[in-house]
Amino acid sequence: MKVGLFVTCLVDLVRPRIGFSALRLLEGAGCEVVVPGRQTCCGQPAHNSGDRAAALALARKVVREFDDCDYLVTPSGSCGGMIRTHYADLARDEPALKAAVDRLAARTYELTDFLVNVLGVQSVPGRFEGTVTYHDSCSGLRELGVKRQPRALLGMVPGLEIREMATPEYCCGFGGTFAVKYGEISGRIAERKCEDIATTGAGTVVLGDLGCMLNIEGRLRRRGDTTTRVLHVAEVLAGPDE
Amino acid sequence: MTTTTQPPRSTGHSTGVPAAPARNGTGTFKQRAHDKLHDAKVQRAMRNFNLAGARARAVDEVPNFEDIRVTGAAIRDRALANLDVWLERFEREATRRGTRVHWAESHADINRIVVEIARAANVRKIIKSKSMVSEESHLNDALEAEGFQVVETDLGEYIVQLARETPSHIIAPAIHKSRDDVADLFQEHHRTPRKDSAADLTMEARKFLREHFLSADMGISGSNFLIAETGSTFIVTNEGNGRMTTTLPRVHVAITGIEKVVPTLEDVSCLMRLLARSATGQTISNYISMNTGPKQAGDSDGPEEAHVIIVDAGRSRLLGSDMQEALRCIRCGACMNHCPVYQNIGGHAYGWVYPGPIGSVLTPNYIGLENALDLPNAATLCNQCGVVCPVKIPLPELMRRLREKQVERGLRPWQERVGLKAWAWAAERPAIYGWLTWVAARIGRLAGGQRRLIHRLPGNGWTQERDMPAPEGATFRELYAKRQAGRR
Repeated sequence: MKVGLFVTCLVDLVRPRIGFSALRLLEGAGCEVVVPGRQTCCGQPAHNSGDRAAALALARKVVREFDDCDYLVTPSGSCGGMIRTHYADLARDEPALKAAVDRLAARTYELTDFLVNVLGVQSVPGRFEGTVTYHDSCSGLRELGVKRQPRALLGMVPGLEIREMATPEYCCGFGGTFAVKYGEISGRIAERKCEDIATTGAGTVVLGDLGCMLNIEGRLRRRGDTTTRVLHVAEVLAGPDE
Repeated sequence: MTTTTQPPRSTGHSTGVPAAPARNGTGTFKQRAHDKLHDAKVQRAMRNFNLAGARARAVDEVPNFEDIRVTGAAIRDRALANLDVWLERFEREATRRGTRVHWAESHADINRIVVEIARAANVRKIIKSKSMVSEESHLNDALEAEGFQVVETDLGEYIVQLARETPSHIIAPAIHKSRDDVADLFQEHHRTPRKDSAADLTMEARKFLREHFLSADMGISGSNFLIAETGSTFIVTNEGNGRMTTTLPRVHVAITGIEKVVPTLEDVSCLMRLLARSATGQTISNYISMNTGPKQAGDSDGPEEAHVIIVDAGRSRLLGSDMQEALRCIRCGACMNHCPVYQNIGGHAYGWVYPGPIGSVLTPNYIGLENALDLPNAATLCNQCGVVCPVKIPLPELMRRLREKQVERGLRPWQERVGLKAWAWAAERPAIYGWLTWVAARIGRLAGGQRRLIHRLPGNGWTQERDMPAPEGATFRELYAKRQAGRR
């Protein structure tokens, strides 16, 4: 099984270790993992900014680069949702591209969804001592139905206890360029998320999207919380790099 | 940046609608949002506002709620697909039963028609139950300018009227007000000793409103639906004020949009299963009033004259467009009740009649894309609104399409356009992109310092309210290349 890892532009630039965690999880589960070297971004920032032409160009690029993979797997519900639910509309005027997009969309998975629903993994290498709370990022949850999968996997990690926050499905306020264009509103939404996290008493918040991670961690630190850890679910599941 | 509070520029199809009154807040969307975020009273009120939990419980009681949503959306689509047919059917049936049907193409038409009806019937005092369409045309101001006394009778509307404001929510108009605010307003306007409890305040409003109900010459209401097969108007209320507004005065005028028509009573019964649950978490509203024509011989009550004003004011432009789905809206407010942006800034920051996600879609469509540039962009696209919408309006998708229209019409700021183009150009060229990110990862790492946190980024949008965790210092791309080289 040849799995193409779509690293995502944010992981590439800001947190490569998330990409390597995903890589180790997939390889550990027996996948042949390839990382197409020309990949950059799925085009979502352009798509959400109304620049359809730029989004289409990047969609075309992703489709080409992952065409020969059995699956495209990505450690992001947001980028996975973009490919699986939005590329088709971008390609609507080009039948050949539309067909290729449909083929790719059907093979595209968010990482935890893939591990649970395609590979059916029964164990994970990670170890973790402590209590975590899980934030459901919007795109993964509402576009891809990622809810049970990360919790099922975290439940396999020895020593890890999950304590749910009151509103895990409530948006963290990231919203891509929204966080920059409407920083004040975005910050207030993030503040509500941080309060919810703090109320759980969990030492770590785990989630599956780096954009939301940067938002939540950035707000936690600004409000003076220097201890609550913010980790990608892949990091927790894969454990430390040997 | 253009704002929604400035008088709209002519768009060729503008209906000349006045902007929201300055008393709701002034300046750009961002300034209004900023003011509301720093208004302790508004913030306390918004923190206490939670209809989402009530909805969730009410929806859980219905095992096939999702099926009802699908049916509800289909009912609305069927009506919209042949809107002219159903409107004409409504007009025929309503006219046959003695209702006078008026067509208002613009907001100015609404005000003109109501004034004409009021003058012809020698009206002095007018009572109103909730009508958001009348907020679009600032009907109260227009009527007062013509010398009529206007009294809102929905408790929330009454409160915002006393405060000289407009509703900040489509079904909970005074949600931004605290009990203290209301106590102050009643004391000032009723000239009575200050009341503290909600029950006492409500009883006081009831006493004052009762006098108005009994002395008014005209009642103005909205209409949640227009039922084509019977020619009836249909209103949903919780306070009973709607029933008195439509039956006690000599003249009843219902004002509603063209999109509110539905073919049959059966259709309405399905939509009613969605409306109250989605809005307030009630299984059904306290009152449902269906009015069909004026008082007939043998009727014990009812108005002598019944009028319906059916309003276009921008709506027909959405028909057949990629925005048509917005016309399905049944005005439950669930989208705003679940919106993280609305929950923080409240309704007045949006600048026009309809706040929240549906407002961010309707406002640019009704008053002009260029007059509401912020609204479709001021959303995280979290899709909580789309998930709860009882008629499955794809609200985030409609906001995204409006963003595309802004780009197509060159309405975005030049910095944003240049930035996007430059980024997209690089993202299509992996070698250049790889080099740029190589540099950025290192600069970011340095900027993060010891604590690995960046406290200020250019533009300060991100760092206004939060830090930016610094990059690790090398890109995945280069680290992966090294790893692969090491394995060979």
